[in-house]
Amino acid sequence: MTRDELQSLFIEELTRIAPDLEAGSVGAEDHLQDDLDLDSMDIVGLVASLHKRLGVEIPEADYRELETPSKAADYLARRLA
Amino acid sequence: MDFETIRKTDEERQAAQLSEAARESFTWEQAGEMLDGLPEGGLNIAHEAVDRHAAGAARDRVALRWLGRDGARRDLTYGDLAQETARFAGVLRRHGVAPGARLYLLAGRVPELYVAALGALKAGLTVTPLFAAFGPEPIRMRMEIGEADVLVTTAALYRRKVADWRAEIPSLKTVIVVDDDAPEGCLSWTAEMAAAEPVEGCALTDPEDVALIHFTSGTTGRPKGVLHVHQAVVAHAVTGRYALELVPGVTYWCTADPGWVTGTSYGLISPLVNGATMIVDEAEFDTERWLDILAGEKIEVWYTAPTAIRRLMRAGPEAVEGRSFPQLRHIASVGEPLNPEGVVWGQKVFGMPFHDTWWQTETGAIMIANTAAMDIRPGSMGRPMPGIEAGVVDRQDDGSLRPCAAGEPGELALRPGWPSMMRGYLGEEARYRKAFADGWYLSGDLAIRDADGYFWFVGRADDLIKSAGHLIGPFEVESALIEHPAVAEAAVIGLPDETAGEIVQAYVALNPGHSPSAELERDIRGHARKRLGPAVAPREIVFRDSLPKTRSGKIMRRLLKARELGLPEGDTSTLETEDTPARSPAP
Repeated sequence: MTRDELQSLFIEELTRIAPDLEAGSVGAEDHLQDDLDLDSMDIVGLVASLHKRLGVEIPEADYRELETPSKAADYLARRLA
Repeated sequence: MDFETIRKTDEERQAAQLSEAARESFTWEQAGEMLDGLPEGGLNIAHEAVDRHAAGAARDRVALRWLGRDGARRDLTYGDLAQETARFAGVLRRHGVAPGARLYLLAGRVPELYVAALGALKAGLTVTPLFAAFGPEPIRMRMEIGEADVLVTTAALYRRKVADWRAEIPSLKTVIVVDDDAPEGCLSWTAEMAAAEPVEGCALTDPEDVALIHFTSGTTGRPKGVLHVHQAVVAHAVTGRYALELVPGVTYWCTADPGWVTGTSYGLISPLVNGATMIVDEAEFDTERWLDILAGEKIEVWYTAPTAIRRLMRAGPEAVEGRSFPQLRHIASVGEPLNPEGVVWGQKVFGMPFHDTWWQTETGAIMIANTAAMDIRPGSMGRPMPGIEAGVVDRQDDGSLRPCAAGEPGELALRPGWPSMMRGYLGEEARYRKAFADGWYLSGDLAIRDADGYFWFVGRADDLIKSAGHLIGPFEVESALIEHPAVAEAAVIGLPDETAGEIVQAYVALNPGHSPSAELERDIRGHARKRLGPAVAPREIVFRDSLPKTRSGKIMRRLLKARELGLPEGDTSTLETEDTPARSPAP
């Protein structure tokens, strides 16, 4: 999967957890908690769905790598490489 | 109770603020001596928290050390706080806001929020903190019930969550935003503070004058505004000292947001009254960041919540590696019961167990706790604080209460009369009276008292949901759900969750012309999140053809929960309509 595909997939899972957001209006640099209003339990849910979707186990210490869709795409690309 | 009791050493007992002897001899009258009172008579929380320290040796001690999300730092000494709060009292005076007016706070953890709260108390206003992650609806509802006069918020929060309905709250005359530039109809904090004439001293408040109004959810009806008076500060002072080991100069971190009662009682008032240096972190939970703060800021006393503790536990021992916490000397937890694994984990990682505490919005301060001198039974909420009489009771048909035997579950009850006991629910005398029976305040929590006087949490006696330390009323969530055009009926319950304690789950029956689908599930959930905010909205919605109801039409949430969890269904004699599952949407 390319980095762009990973970013789209991340945004897709993000809007599944937070359907008050529209995929089209989520920016690559939007901060999940500060800009998009996700709470910490949303992040826990997001990590679980990424695990399901991609088989990637994301440890707690790496949650900050998922702060924005762009950072998350970089991180997931690294992890899947 | 498979976990072994954690024994305290003699050294630990001697170092504790609350010895067994002090426990025995405790009186509230004596405890009142921890406070000064206003020079002219009367009692004001802001004087006890700020002014008396600023007038003495603690003037240059850091009262609030703020850690910004992006690495900024700001220190406010007791002297600074006294000046800033006097200035904010001046802003209020300049705009004709009189004592007794109601000020609401809606902002993240920024220094201005703390200044505004204390400045408002100084000026004799009542303060109501709101959780900034609430959606517009819980905010509007709470401001309407409390007839808010003043709101302190940020420009961003104002635009997103308030501007649309501001006109519906006619009492709301003054809105101050913590920014340089203010949206139309709002005042800028920066400009106002620069222009204001400081007001020295505190309003001459009586100990029984209302100081704080905290909203809490009910199982039915609207949220309740819990009234607390200035006298509550006696309990804030004592419990901070005895349950949290807060002594002058101690470095203390309470991780709760001031939007909830813990963040006010123990994230603002109690530490300052006790002369502590409190750390305020603007950012949300992050494993690395939190461990860095604990080590880097040399935290001595830490008061946090089970959800955060469980997340730290999940990060594994490697997250802590390379850090040490030699300054740490007391760690405590609140919000929901801390599972024994969490208590013991504290000992492994920090060299001391977490000390669980129990209290509620209505009690205003810690009522039951594991104090530093006590042996800890992991999973127990501890023993009643000095000055507090707690019991476990069973409600009888005639309205009287029967005391439960040791080991027998019943409702956790408290003898009224402690200083921080609520003085009422705003405008709801009948609801307030219903909270008391037979000489007891009834907490709504079910508990067991063991033979040695330790209390153990069993569950809620009602349908309230405790998720990530927040108490959520199902009615408020259901009301938002049925506003969605597709939803005919809704029932909301809490389901066990290993991180949050409970998570909010909703069941909905649809109106004719709508059928279950994954898209509709997301649409309804999105609607609920927009109205309520993520902390309150359901994490999952399940479709049903109909919901179980009594003959009088009341939805039986309890039955839905029992069925979901495969538990005994209890008395279903009043069941009229069965619940029938609908075809579930594709995952």
